Amino acid sequence: MATTHRSFAQSVWDFFCSLKLTIFLLISLALTSIIGTVLPQGQLAPEYVASISALKLQIYSKLGFFDMYHSWWFIALLYVFSLNLTACSIKRLPHVFKFISEPMLVLGDSLRNSFPLKHHVTFSGSLESGRDALAAFLKSEVAAPVVTEHNGEYHLFAQKNAWCRLGVYVVHLSILVIFVGAIIGSLFGYKGFVAIVEGTGASTIQTRSGMPMPLGFELRCEKFNVDFYPTGAPKEFRSILTVLENGKPVPGYKDVKVIVNKPLSYKGITFYQSSYGQSNEGSEHSLTVTARSGGNEQHITMHEGEQVPLKDGSTLKLLESTQEVRQFMPEYSGPAARIELTPRGKAPQTFIVMKNFPDLSAQRGDELIVHYEGTDAKMYTGLQVAKDPGVWVVWLGCLLMVVGLFIAFFMSHKRVWIIVSKGQVRMYGNASKNQAAFQMQFDDLTGKLNDLKI
Amino acid sequence: MTSSMLFNLTTLAYLASMIIFFAFLAGKHKTVGLAGTCTAFVGLVLQTVAIALRWKESYDMGVGHAPLSNLYESVVFFSWTIVLLYLFIDLKYKYRVVGAFVVPFAMLGMAWAQLGLNTGIEPLVPALQSNWLLYHVVTCFLGYAAFAVACGISIMYILRARHEEGSTVVAAGGLMSMFPPTRVLDDLNYRAIMIGFPLLTLGIITGAAWANYAWGTYWSWDPKETWSLIVWFVYAAFLHARFTRGWVGKRAAWLSIIGFGATIFCYLGVNLFLSGLHSYGNSKM
Repeated sequence: MATTHRSFAQSVWDFFCSLKLTIFLLISLALTSIIGTVLPQGQLAPEYVASISALKLQIYSKLGFFDMYHSWWFIALLYVFSLNLTACSIKRLPHVFKFISEPMLVLGDSLRNSFPLKHHVTFSGSLESGRDALAAFLKSEVAAPVVTEHNGEYHLFAQKNAWCRLGVYVVHLSILVIFVGAIIGSLFGYKGFVAIVEGTGASTIQTRSGMPMPLGFELRCEKFNVDFYPTGAPKEFRSILTVLENGKPVPGYKDVKVIVNKPLSYKGITFYQSSYGQSNEGSEHSLTVTARSGGNEQHITMHEGEQVPLKDGSTLKLLESTQEVRQFMPEYSGPAARIELTPRGKAPQTFIVMKNFPDLSAQRGDELIVHYEGTDAKMYTGLQVAKDPGVWVVWLGCLLMVVGLFIAFFMSHKRVWIIVSKGQVRMYGNASKNQAAFQMQFDDLTGKLNDLKI
Repeated sequence: MTSSMLFNLTTLAYLASMIIFFAFLAGKHKTVGLAGTCTAFVGLVLQTVAIALRWKESYDMGVGHAPLSNLYESVVFFSWTIVLLYLFIDLKYKYRVVGAFVVPFAMLGMAWAQLGLNTGIEPLVPALQSNWLLYHVVTCFLGYAAFAVACGISIMYILRARHEEGSTVVAAGGLMSMFPPTRVLDDLNYRAIMIGFPLLTLGIITGAAWANYAWGTYWSWDPKETWSLIVWFVYAAFLHARFTRGWVGKRAAWLSIIGFGATIFCYLGVNLFLSGLHSYGNSKM
């Protein structure tokens, strides 16, 4: 029984060490990841649900395709990937360490012949003088050599950058570090959203899952502003925010300008400018109506969506309003409102009136001239909120990965052996990578060896 | 002289370079090959000046930004990086004929950009107003360009390998005799990917850093992000298959071509067919 257990454990271990598994996992992760880029993720739009058959919808939901990257099987793939990575590294590392710590000091006959880089010179001096001269030569050209006497010959061994064979394991480790960072972030962090109306504050936000989350301090929006390019595209939207503790502004966190790509961080919680809008709740809009034929100006205050009767029996309805019309009509700027005017006994007409362009309505040629005076409506700022204590671990992993890749790809372990025997000196070279570049260095070395007076 | 005139000249230079390279393939004159490389180099210089000029023009218009912000500008930059990497490999390894399989990518990119895309200089939307744009785009496109070069080399590999299977000896005067030996092509393919893979990694990391800085989420499984990871998986598989399972030659060449297909989908397909954070490229079509 014991042997079958052992062989079972052994075969599980071999399975996780297998490089076939690595390649299978890499390709599987690549192929399955495509699903989530083709199918919508998260909240499904009703139009999408209507466009596919009920059976498909059911199958896709069962398989977790609509939250693909958090589905049990995708997470499982990532766990198996981590296990595979760890097992592979554990299996190989002892060999690599041995390779680094116990270099081959004496070059056997079969290996000698397998190295493509070799060079022979004859010499007539004594073995010892040759050994000392060549040891000095290697020390100045490559690295201080280890000298071993073997079968009446001296074997000199010098190496450079042996540790760079660890580069690939640094890359493997970096992936695990990134995963750890991601797990820390998902366990101890959150993502959320808060909308704050100008002049008011918030001390609770909504997390992505819809739960309220107290911040432990208050964030107040002092002012919100949008700038537009002449084309009408938004140039910059910015909030002026203040952090308050116990109702008092925190020094250094008063009137902080927050724009897209320039967030505000306080106590590990970061606020990112993400959206904005006009807070219409309870706000009033002012309009004036004048008859073309003369008469008193009529002042009206109304809410969005409201319909009011005018003196002459017409009705006026405020459909919608904006504090900056440029985003919709780049040739104009300033506050504007879309109104519906219904003259008595006639069909309703819809048109736009603007605060900065009072002549617009007059140009229509109608009996009633309407002017938009503006509103007391406030803007609100939409802020994404994030707390991620794992992010530094992720960056550490990224740094490790870049360093590891650099070592693994662009550095090489170079080894040179010189065997001094009676009447001849033989030199052999080997590099773990970029043999072509090393060949040039080796040729350079052989030239110097030829010129050496020994 | 305006940048758009210079970009037109660049396109013509790459077209000329490509035709000269094809003539080189047909005639095998060394001078013709040299002319092909020189024309590509002239194109690169013109394009470099044009990119700098467009950068300056955007400042003259008052919307100053690096010319990397929309699909047109990115395709132009992609062409530039392809020729840059090709000339680098030409200088280093001296296999001129590789140009016949790489310069066409740059030429196609420029022709498409000049004829099919909106060439106007547009102001930057708030999300793109960040220095990270520069780091992210430069690293990504250098990586993509290395994969383009690897793909061109892999196509050469497959052509030559097919030919050798048919006739065991490569005829001294034949077209294939101009191609580097398969052993060299295989090695160049690997070297190009060795340049591309760390650059792609850096591109993904700078993208993640920027996303974290701008939105507080370094990774959100947006289609573009996911596709960049897919490309990364494919080339990681290539490297593992090569190092540890001895996938060299034809299989490595095919994997490199598939990898570049995924790269192009990551770059263009995601913008054209899928929606997400990078979809501002869409509106510029």
